[in-house]
Amino acid sequence: MIRVAWLVAGKDLRVEGRSRVLLWQVVPFGAMALLLSGLALGPARAGRSSAAPGLFFLVMLFVTLLMVARSRALDAPAGTRDSIATLGLDPAGVFLGKTLALAVELWATGALLLAGTVVVLHANLAGTLAASGNVAVTLAALAAAGVLHGALSGGGEGSATLLPLLSLPAFAPLLIAGERAYSAALGRGGLWEWWTISLVALVAYLGLGILLYGVLDES
Amino acid sequence: MSDLVASLERAVVVRGGFPLLSGVDLQLAPATMTVLTGANGAGKTTLLRLLGGLVAMTSGSGRVCGVDLARDDLRALRRKVGWLGHEPSFYDDLSVRENLTFAARALGRPLDELAPALERVGLSDRRDVSARRLSAGQRRRLGLAWLLVRRPDLWLLDEPYAALDVDGRHFLDELFADVVAAGASVVVSAHDTLGATSRDVTTVRLVGGRVETRA
Repeated sequence: MIRVAWLVAGKDLRVEGRSRVLLWQVVPFGAMALLLSGLALGPARAGRSSAAPGLFFLVMLFVTLLMVARSRALDAPAGTRDSIATLGLDPAGVFLGKTLALAVELWATGALLLAGTVVVLHANLAGTLAASGNVAVTLAALAAAGVLHGALSGGGEGSATLLPLLSLPAFAPLLIAGERAYSAALGRGGLWEWWTISLVALVAYLGLGILLYGVLDES
Repeated sequence: MSDLVASLERAVVVRGGFPLLSGVDLQLAPATMTVLTGANGAGKTTLLRLLGGLVAMTSGSGRVCGVDLARDDLRALRRKVGWLGHEPSFYDDLSVRENLTFAARALGRPLDELAPALERVGLSDRRDVSARRLSAGQRRRLGLAWLLVRRPDLWLLDEPYAALDVDGRHFLDELFADVVAAGASVVVSAHDTLGATSRDVTTVRLVGGRVETRA
């Protein structure tokens, strides 16, 4: 399972590195969304700073949906699906590999957008750095939930619109926990209880994915 | 029956309420080549996919490469067959060599088998080219290299001769002859009998999801 996970993660990241969809399409989209949100909040620094955690995770939600759809699309062509199917890869390993690749992509995008919250939304730098660990765990949980729901939505027609519908209820608690943890790190409440929620969610989605990904993907 | 590579009895495949195969009986011996012929919609591709474990059997019984189609996990079968679809598709952003490396690592095959496979299909000089930049014929050759690296017991190819020039047909004929000589079985689909080949082949004609004739 671990060998397959490394193999799939390496393949997905290499494809992403070559296609540069993340670099030239997703990151600019996220930066634009963050910038426009900051402009919409007006010139008051305090208002922007307090909205930074929520806006960051809202933008990361859009980025996650784009990247999950992208991750599915890599294997979506019928010929590719058949070729990969005949490799007989362990589905749990495929799930872990795709989750790892997606998490790495989200971490890279999240790091850039966190810097954006400091620059554009005037979020406190020390607080943002303190929140980065929890942000990483929350994004990993989003990646696991995203890959699982990507398999649930399938790869056919309508999956692009079905994916947000299916995944938003699963993403919502993660986004709330992430936002609260970031707010706490900026000095507005306790941090560790939100860490716990994010960690439990990550472990739960990894477990569910290992168990169910093969069934969902096959169906 | 245990000596057969594949044996189907009254195999039925239904999708969306429509029978794609309506009771196929078929036996494939080791080290043989079989051509499935028939008109569009006759069930050639579905039969190939059934033999490859890519589609589930709705009713009937069957055993392919030792895997029971009705009872066993089809993933076990998929690892034993080599499949090349009508429009082979790979990771377009990866090079020819990277695509093959991925397949070899997934199957636990040694990487030193890649170079001979690329040499055999005539893609050695294109190994660092991204799959996106290959022509249709070269993509098919990459698919064949993928199969050569896999060394499956059963080769399943959907219309491999389509749109090939004389040299391409020759190349396929020689390749299949070597595969059969090495003990594997080959099943290909074609709209008509293979005029280009001089080898002995078994021709199975499908009509309306059933085997009409076998020669």
